[in-house]
Amino acid sequence: MNTSYAQLAHALQPEIILADGAVLVIAFDLIFGRHRPLATRLAASLALGALTLVAAFIASVFVGPIGGFYGESFVLDSFALATRGGVIVLALLTLGVAAGAKVMRNPAEYVALILFATTGFTLMAAANHLLIAFASLELASLSLYLLAGFDKDRRESAEAGLKYFLLGALATAFLLFGFSLIYGMTGELALPRIAAVLAQCGMSPLPALALVMVMVAFGFKAAAAPFHLWAPDAYEGAPTPSAALIASASKLAGFTLFTRLLWPGLGALAGDSSHALNPGGWITIVVLLAGASLLIGNLAALAQTNLRRLLAYSAIAHAGVMMLGVVTASLAGPGPLFYYLFTYGIATAGAFGVIAVLERNGGCQKITDLAGLSRRSPLLAGTLAIFILSLAGIPPLAGFFGKFTFFALMLRIGGIASPTGALTLLAIALSAVSLYYYLVVLKQALVEPFASEKPTRIHVPAATALTLLAATALIIGLGLCPSLLLTFF
Amino acid sequence: MNLLPCTIYLSFAGAVLALVAGMKSSAAARAVALLTAVSSWGIALYAAFGFTPSSEFLTLVNVPWIPQFGINYHLASDGISLTLLVLTGLAATCGVLFSWNIEERTGEFFAFYLALIGGVYGVFLSADAFVFFVFYEIAIVPKYFLIANWGSTNRQYGAMKLALYSFAGSALVLAGLLWIYSTGYASSFGLDQLAQGAATLSQGAQITVFALLFTGFAVLAGMFPFHTWAPTGHVAAPTGASMLLAGVVMKLGAYGCLRVAMPLLPAGLDFWQPVIAGLAITGILYAGLVALVQDDFKFVIGYSSVSHMGFVLLGLAAANPSAVAGAVLQMFSHGVIAGLLFAVVGRMVYERTHTRQLDELKKLPLHRLLPFAAVVFVIAGLASMGMPGFSGFPAELTILIGVWNYSAILGVLAALGVFIAAAFTLRVIQVSFFGQSGSRAVAQSSDAAHNHPLPPITWPEKTGAFLLLAATLLIGLKPDLLLDWIVPSLQSPLMKVIFHGGAR
Repeated sequence: MNTSYAQLAHALQPEIILADGAVLVIAFDLIFGRHRPLATRLAASLALGALTLVAAFIASVFVGPIGGFYGESFVLDSFALATRGGVIVLALLTLGVAAGAKVMRNPAEYVALILFATTGFTLMAAANHLLIAFASLELASLSLYLLAGFDKDRRESAEAGLKYFLLGALATAFLLFGFSLIYGMTGELALPRIAAVLAQCGMSPLPALALVMVMVAFGFKAAAAPFHLWAPDAYEGAPTPSAALIASASKLAGFTLFTRLLWPGLGALAGDSSHALNPGGWITIVVLLAGASLLIGNLAALAQTNLRRLLAYSAIAHAGVMMLGVVTASLAGPGPLFYYLFTYGIATAGAFGVIAVLERNGGCQKITDLAGLSRRSPLLAGTLAIFILSLAGIPPLAGFFGKFTFFALMLRIGGIASPTGALTLLAIALSAVSLYYYLVVLKQALVEPFASEKPTRIHVPAATALTLLAATALIIGLGLCPSLLLTFF
Repeated sequence: MNLLPCTIYLSFAGAVLALVAGMKSSAAARAVALLTAVSSWGIALYAAFGFTPSSEFLTLVNVPWIPQFGINYHLASDGISLTLLVLTGLAATCGVLFSWNIEERTGEFFAFYLALIGGVYGVFLSADAFVFFVFYEIAIVPKYFLIANWGSTNRQYGAMKLALYSFAGSALVLAGLLWIYSTGYASSFGLDQLAQGAATLSQGAQITVFALLFTGFAVLAGMFPFHTWAPTGHVAAPTGASMLLAGVVMKLGAYGCLRVAMPLLPAGLDFWQPVIAGLAITGILYAGLVALVQDDFKFVIGYSSVSHMGFVLLGLAAANPSAVAGAVLQMFSHGVIAGLLFAVVGRMVYERTHTRQLDELKKLPLHRLLPFAAVVFVIAGLASMGMPGFSGFPAELTILIGVWNYSAILGVLAALGVFIAAAFTLRVIQVSFFGQSGSRAVAQSSDAAHNHPLPPITWPEKTGAFLLLAATLLIGLKPDLLLDWIVPSLQSPLMKVIFHGGAR
């Protein structure tokens, strides 16, 4: 195996910066923050964390696309590079959300955990080897479990953390079992070699079993139906910035990891995508997961009265659409998939940012808690409208173009009469259905008057205001010029 | 001509400006809105004066937008789009004038209003199906907020219903467009490339895709049985918004049918022609009869809109040059007349009497209390009935001639529709404005009226009414002004395939 530690250290500079930054945040708080108020400690930790992320972003640009390294265990192609940059940007948004959220105990640990999770995400983006994929996924997941249960003053947070952890651990077990079967069949751990071996032996019951195991884990990580049940509880109970991170950066990294695992690694087992219901490939499973997620996500969202649960079901529906992106990645490359994941992450993190600020000003659980928002804070109402409309897929916002490309590519794969075509039509029809629940949210925020006579103004912290405006600018800018991202691939 | 795309940018910029100005004062927001609407109308008129009719679909802008998917930002214009652009400018200007009394969140109102206008201009100028769809969807969202925030009676229901119908329609359109693009292996979303792609589809696929596209657009044009959003939406909307809804937004649907669905899939048109014609005629007669028995003044106008848009769809379905030209003329004519009717009902009458119930209006001698409104409404009613001298007459006549050539029975039924329109219009004029016309009753109630005089008609209302009346009279007396633009445009290579026998 051609291993060069110098090259490894060079390529993993962003990860090194992130991990060091996390330690630094804790150390700084330990030395200087002991007897200061929580808000000050939070501000200092957030500032350090943001600096770390910016440094990591610059480092990842500086490293550039260098292809496979460390004996093909990692790969830094344009997809990995984009995801690396994307998760760092989304983590930065999360810090902005945290700046406006309720102040919790131990702020430094919280920020450090976000940085550790980001380290896991960036490693997931570059992993090209089963063990590295698994280790980085676990680093990210363990950090996320802790983040979900971090608010020790609220029982719901503990419940969210525990539920997320138990189901996540189960999924991990499935994944490990699947990986061990793949290793047992092929005798290889690096994805390119696995692909080379699989290309010769093809499909048989053993790889099929491995596929099912892997797909269960994938379904869980992506919150795709029928493995979605953790999502509404986790979104509802977790501290708002944690929910933002789970919904945005974790999705992006997870889909990148699994897309890389499925196409370059297990591409030989994909099956014929134009006849997806012919048994014989993982595309069949992806198509089934997508259909179930679209149906359950969109229909269950119609019945929600809790804003966070509504966003969770919307996330499940979006996971269904993202699955379409995984299928079409063979046709148009990962560009459209990354575009969708990234812009979806921005919109969701932004929506959670608005929720976080509201939470600090009297709570925001029910959708009706949004009533009168346009009077109480035009900034929050305006940015929320942009995020929600982007999630709903209204042009010219970014959410529309992402969906549009998937639909066009799906139809091109198998024509209209194939299962992929039928799934696309289902997705288009359900996107019209989804408008209802998104409009219900906007109705409360922009139309309904505030419950009491005198609406109280909401103060938005400067850092959060800046974050929300930056996210809005990204949603509009990337929506108007999708080529900015697509030319990167 | 080359300035036309500025109508779009100007409207969106005006929307942002109005929002900012609204934070300072309502008057500033109004001024910004009026200035924006008038200047984009001015651009459209300027282009119209310099327009030499030809069959060319004149490209205004064509730059690559998303080259990865062959999407170009392609704007173009011909006589048909020019007609509708001028209408949009007129309706937008008058809509602002009739929204002069909006005091609550004025800046936001005009921001949504101008964003809607910008989307409408964009649709009428698009020559690329993707661009068309983007503007089409942009126009939907502001409608919801205009109605839900500033509307009246049952506004949230009306707004949601309208938005969901519109989005369901646009989902059908999206499915149809993607179907052509993907399975026809079109190289881009340009209308001409899509037409080539569509020609490679199988006969059955063409018929199905046409059904998707046409139904999707026709929902917005108020085609029976997908028209039910229109009366509730129009009634719930604030006056300025209902003028826009009836005046230009319903035209978006009809324009989509004419510009996208029909030229792309002539084979589909061939197949569905009798069905569309049947639905159109049902819409004309059914909505007319429903309008005849309404108790609510605004519902009468709402259903009359559906009935008149039926003529547009019937003209399109007949698919011969006369009928289609008439349909475009009727789009213009109905845009003006419906705007006028909604202005009288929503602004002049309802906001002064605070009732739209016909039996309550009957007790008021409105022709004494609001003589200006009465005169305007009588004239608008005559125009709406299709009296010679007003724009409705040449439009409906051209359609009827074209339809007669297609099918005599349909022609007779459509003529019956004109009679029904006359019946419900006369009834509503009589009941609402002249309910109390006996001399004693008038004397009594005018005493009462002296105690509670209604506020006088203001200058913005008068200006708006004069503009709309002038437009309907001008086109009524000289329909060739518009027909000279429209008829040559129908002979362009893309459009002429819709006529019978022209199938590829």
